[in-house]
Amino acid sequence: MATTTLPELKAKDFKGKVDPDWCPGCGDFGLLNSVQKSLAELGKQPHEVVCISGIGCSSNFPGYLSTYGMHTLHGRALAVATGVKFANPELTVIVTGGDGDGYGIGGNHFTHTARRNVDMTYLVMNNQIYGLTTGQVSPASPVGMKTKSTPFGNLERPYNAVTSSIMNGATFVARAFSGHGKQLVSIIQQAIEHKGFSIVDCFSPCVTFNKDNTYDFFRERIKKLEEEDHDTSDWKSACEKALHWDDKIYTGVYYKDESVPALNDQEPVLEAGPVATAVPALSKEQGDRILKRMM
Amino acid sequence: MSSGYDFAFAIGGAAGQGIATPGNILARILVRRGLNLYAYNAYQSIIRGGHIFLTVRVKDEPVHSHGDKLDLILALNQDTMDRHARHVVPGGVVIYNSDDIKPAEVQDGVQLCGMPIKELTEDNRNKLVQNTVALGVMLNLLGVEFKVLEDALALQFGRKGDDVVADNVNVAMAGFDHAKMNFKPFASALPERDKPLAVWTGNDAFGMGGAAAGVKFYVAYPMSPATGVLHWMAKNARECGIMVRQIEDEIGVANVALGAAQTGARTMCATAGGGFALMTEAVGAAGMMEIPVVFINVQRAGPSTGVPTKTEQGDLWQALGASQGDFERIIVAPKDALDAFNTIAEVFNLVDHYQCPAIVLSDLLISEGTFSVDPDAVNMQPTIDRGEMITEAGSSDGGYQRYKITESGISPRAIPGVAGHAYVAPTDEHDEDGVLISDEYTNPHKRRDMVEKRARKMSTFHDKVAAPELEGPADAEVTLIGFGSTDGVIRDARVLLEAQGVKANQLAVKWIQPFHADAVTKVIEAAKKVLIVENNYSGQFHRFLRSETGCRVDGHIRKYDGEPFQPHHIVNGVVDHLGDKKDVAKDVYVPFQEILV
Repeated sequence: MATTTLPELKAKDFKGKVDPDWCPGCGDFGLLNSVQKSLAELGKQPHEVVCISGIGCSSNFPGYLSTYGMHTLHGRALAVATGVKFANPELTVIVTGGDGDGYGIGGNHFTHTARRNVDMTYLVMNNQIYGLTTGQVSPASPVGMKTKSTPFGNLERPYNAVTSSIMNGATFVARAFSGHGKQLVSIIQQAIEHKGFSIVDCFSPCVTFNKDNTYDFFRERIKKLEEEDHDTSDWKSACEKALHWDDKIYTGVYYKDESVPALNDQEPVLEAGPVATAVPALSKEQGDRILKRMM
Repeated sequence: MSSGYDFAFAIGGAAGQGIATPGNILARILVRRGLNLYAYNAYQSIIRGGHIFLTVRVKDEPVHSHGDKLDLILALNQDTMDRHARHVVPGGVVIYNSDDIKPAEVQDGVQLCGMPIKELTEDNRNKLVQNTVALGVMLNLLGVEFKVLEDALALQFGRKGDDVVADNVNVAMAGFDHAKMNFKPFASALPERDKPLAVWTGNDAFGMGGAAAGVKFYVAYPMSPATGVLHWMAKNARECGIMVRQIEDEIGVANVALGAAQTGARTMCATAGGGFALMTEAVGAAGMMEIPVVFINVQRAGPSTGVPTKTEQGDLWQALGASQGDFERIIVAPKDALDAFNTIAEVFNLVDHYQCPAIVLSDLLISEGTFSVDPDAVNMQPTIDRGEMITEAGSSDGGYQRYKITESGISPRAIPGVAGHAYVAPTDEHDEDGVLISDEYTNPHKRRDMVEKRARKMSTFHDKVAAPELEGPADAEVTLIGFGSTDGVIRDARVLLEAQGVKANQLAVKWIQPFHADAVTKVIEAAKKVLIVENNYSGQFHRFLRSETGCRVDGHIRKYDGEPFQPHHIVNGVVDHLGDKKDVAKDVYVPFQEILV
């Protein structure tokens, strides 16, 4: 879509109709600010962007943006986003949600959307807890974590979003921390500009229900990949680095593969333009041909 | 005009014995001659083995069901001979490979037509060769000239090369000549009319209907008996400019559909009851977000995995109750393939107008049944009305309200990408702007307004969709009421009843939600005796009618063994209800399924 005649926008122009209802100090604020800033800096217009979420604290995200949005069912945002992108690939599709929404109930869609390499950006606000339901264990909770549903400590091993994304076929995989805004904006911008499925697994501390994985917890451990001479084409090294947890936690772009075309760019039907805006009818000639074939 | 020609043949064997090929060749020959047909294929959920029994009924007027009688059986294995030869009516024939199959006992006047396959084919070792020989035999007995079969074989096998065509023509000729010398042909030859007909399955009709209705996005996960729609769409999509996607599960399918439909594409998906169970949360989401989308549920015998390849009308309450909450939906049950085709265009105009989900209730009988269709009755360019939709950038004053409360309840719908109209479509309850009201202060008045706005949309539905009408004599002794696929078989049963001196009329219900309760109540109240015919055990349709009309009825004819009704099943039920009720238990007559498949 041509944007040349449209006004240049600021981050505040991407603020939604209402202010966030997140708890004071919630990590999700960092994400929201970074997305608004990223969209402005990338020269996007609100109507060119669709932000799609599932259910959870972080899934209120689209309501805090001035773009188009869909606040869908729990776990289903990536499926809905797939429909949006294939119906109109000209739209910039951003999916937001939490670790429970994406890695738990939405796990099947996550696996396959990454594998398909549909061109969209998935921002996961990973707080390692179920916040909106007042603090139960999540697929990303560490072993031993005490929550309302694991009062004696979590026995399950946590989901590793970085290694899983790489193995599932995502072509842009990053990890971030909502307390490090500058790096986050840079990652989000790269993710949006990437042609294919990009995921940013972003630690977004839940100040109310997760007393283990706090801002301090992350600040003490985080090392930035861009300062470590990391090769983003080396998936093995990326996976090894993603396994670190107790000693150090790497953030940054782990893995990037620009050689795989986005699935929506390979779809012949879309060569004629978006199906969403195509004339919803067959031409006389098409209709006659189909009917003749069915004789 | 009709000559009264009414002929049914069946081909039986195991999966993998190639029943489909002679079935397709015959069907094509029949419709090219302008003959009407309906074919019902009884099969199981296996790829090799089991028992397949394809019944094809041919008439020179519309065929409404697979009927009651069999005039010809081609038995490809001993099992078919043993199970079905006795069902062939006097004057009929049983064709079989006499090298391998022993004839079974048949009724008087039935001709056993053994084919010495080895001798006729010079020891051709291709196991499927008997099928082609049999086609030669059949067409000879039906009084059709050999050239017709030769052309059909060339069309069927042309892609495999001239040698394959020549081999098939030779063995078909051997069968044709063998029949000419050894067997007695049928008394009346296969008629011929001037206008060729189309031949579709119900699933083809859904696919084609979608294409004609401007569906631009089709999404599915394979599940019998709905997979045929996916196959049709996948094959024809590129040519029709339709985006087709197979997704990881039906939950994904329904949600992809929501995304595509919200973005502006006419979007459809089809599944069976099990898949629809997974889709149902999204049905409610479409209701809340006011997204027009069409879900086709092709019913099969359930619950659970059930009987995957058998038919039933057991998902009515599943459709009525699909998704939590209280919201507006359209439910429609088409009657046959042509009606399935037309229904898709109709229902898309309705969902676009009312911005709500629709459920099309098909069943295996329609979806996998093969129907002849008069091409002149097919409109590939139906009227398309997308309702109040905003597709061009307009005012950017920020005043656009997606869920504006209007008198009609319908709020103009902007699609993503249109400048100056950005909003969030939420699954949470929301205000006119699309802002959630479920967080912080909920505001009960706003909730009430939005519930009423959405409900109000449907108040004009009955102006747009006509109520079902009573068909048949007004003074009938009995009124038969059914929905969806039972329309045809009830029609056939009425003709048989009339021949027995019983006047019957019928009310075929197609539109189930919103229901034409007043019109149907009047019919029930005016009828002398009302019997409800449905393909399930518990009387789902009866309970629905009762809840909508408050009326009691006089009795029921129900079948739930996986096989569809045949006309005589309904006739027997009516006669029993009218007479001594010897087979009626608690007002419910359950017919006996004679043909075991």
